[in-house]
Amino acid sequence: MRYVMLIYETPADFEARGPSVREPYVAAWRAYYRALVDAGVFAGGGAPLEDTATATTIQMKDGRRHVQDGPFAETKEQLGGFMILDVASIDAALEWAARCPAAATGAVEVRPMAVAMHATITTP
Amino acid sequence: MADAGRTVEAVARTQYGRLLAFLSSAFGNVDEAEDALGESLLAALTSWPNDGVPKNPGAWLLTVARHRLIDGARRTGVRHEHADAIRALAAEPATSATVGDMFPDRRVELMFVCAHPAIDPSLHAPLMLQTVLGLDAARIAQACLVAPATMGQRLVRAKRKIRGAGIPFQVPPAPELPPRLDAVLEAIYGAYGLGRDDTEGTDTGGRDLMDEAIWLARVVRERLPDEPEVRGLLSLMLFCDARRAAGRSRDGRYLPLSEQDPAVWSAPEIQEAEAELAEAARFGRCGRFQLEAAIQSVHVDRARTGRTDWGAIVMFYDQLVHVAPTLGARVARAAAVAEASGPADGLALLDALGSPAVATYQPYWAVRAHLLRSLDRLSEAAAAYDRAIGLTEDPAVRRFLLDRRS
Repeated sequence: MRYVMLIYETPADFEARGPSVREPYVAAWRAYYRALVDAGVFAGGGAPLEDTATATTIQMKDGRRHVQDGPFAETKEQLGGFMILDVASIDAALEWAARCPAAATGAVEVRPMAVAMHATITTP
Repeated sequence: MADAGRTVEAVARTQYGRLLAFLSSAFGNVDEAEDALGESLLAALTSWPNDGVPKNPGAWLLTVARHRLIDGARRTGVRHEHADAIRALAAEPATSATVGDMFPDRRVELMFVCAHPAIDPSLHAPLMLQTVLGLDAARIAQACLVAPATMGQRLVRAKRKIRGAGIPFQVPPAPELPPRLDAVLEAIYGAYGLGRDDTEGTDTGGRDLMDEAIWLARVVRERLPDEPEVRGLLSLMLFCDARRAAGRSRDGRYLPLSEQDPAVWSAPEIQEAEAELAEAARFGRCGRFQLEAAIQSVHVDRARTGRTDWGAIVMFYDQLVHVAPTLGARVARAAAVAEASGPADGLALLDALGSPAVATYQPYWAVRAHLLRSLDRLSEAAAAYDRAIGLTEDPAVRRFLLDRRS
């Protein structure tokens, strides 16, 4: 089964994303990513998103464009990236989510991928 | 009268398990007994503040719940096999005697139902926590790392199975007892482990599952005093509990056993653990939990002698992997061998494990990293540390491993 982990990070998490692997948050992420790959459960995603100051949100309302600076939802924790897991069950997916470095500070939301819908929209 | 509300809570806390065990064993049915007891607790919340708290709150709750069950059974048409039970329930007088005198304690029977082989083993501990201790599904879900709604559904299905399969509310007769008792003890130890995952590095908040598990073991010991493994399990949990506060430094850092200050260990708990283990040994029937308790006993002996007798620990692990060759025991044995006769020997044992389950088993990678570092194989050590870090949930342990790695 495929699950997506939506990774919500705090402002402090975004700041801790330094360029050095000596930064504990970055080192923890490196280790986590390797563990996912080595365990054979990593199935995509993984590239972190730039912080929310770089976000632009578009909506079409009554046929008109609405462009907004920043993320869609104004919350303290913001989407910082996502990963796709290929695991046997939701239980296994949640176990991996608990190990995610962002789970200790922000939050990790786990959602099953809608496989049937995916098949419908990708079939020619 | 806010007091009445607190009394309801206090009665529920101390007598819930006994009341539910009695009602559900009389009815062969946990879920309806739970509903009836829940309704009687609700009735108490509305009636006690007005009418005053009854002299014997437990008896009051039992009477109300019993009537709900009898009414419910009459409405739906009594199933034949429970007719006697219902007659007995209806006939039982609600005297003002203490609850203890009024009805037999069937909590251990209920535990045997929860850990019955017909029930999915992963639900043994959650069922016990819910039925014997009265914890709600949401609380159990937190500890089990499952969504609350999912845990609720799983528990409902398991309870339906208890009724549907006609699982008997009894302590199994002698020939079947050993494996069935093992399952009960496993579940209690499982509850203890859930408590450990639950509280590590965080505020405990609410009821502590480790204390509850120790309490469950005491209930079983009282009922089955001649079963040494029950005492072994109780001893093991007490030993672990004695060291609980020592596992973190004052500033919240993780401290492995070897770095813990024995002065912080709880002497009364260690004393009780030693006494239980000694009592268990008198029966001359060794088992998995007694061996694990013996290993802990050697560890805490450091408080007295200032050193750890790794030779003795290896000997106990040798026996342990013989009777219970779990991955955890085999990894721990490799770590003990490394201490007793050098990291190369420990590493060889890890290499020989050959189990695919090690891929996601954090302790394996933590021990492996430690041994590789001792052998100066630094790049391999770094890779193993990374793996352990990536498999760690507890932020304090993650920090500890990150520090070791660099």
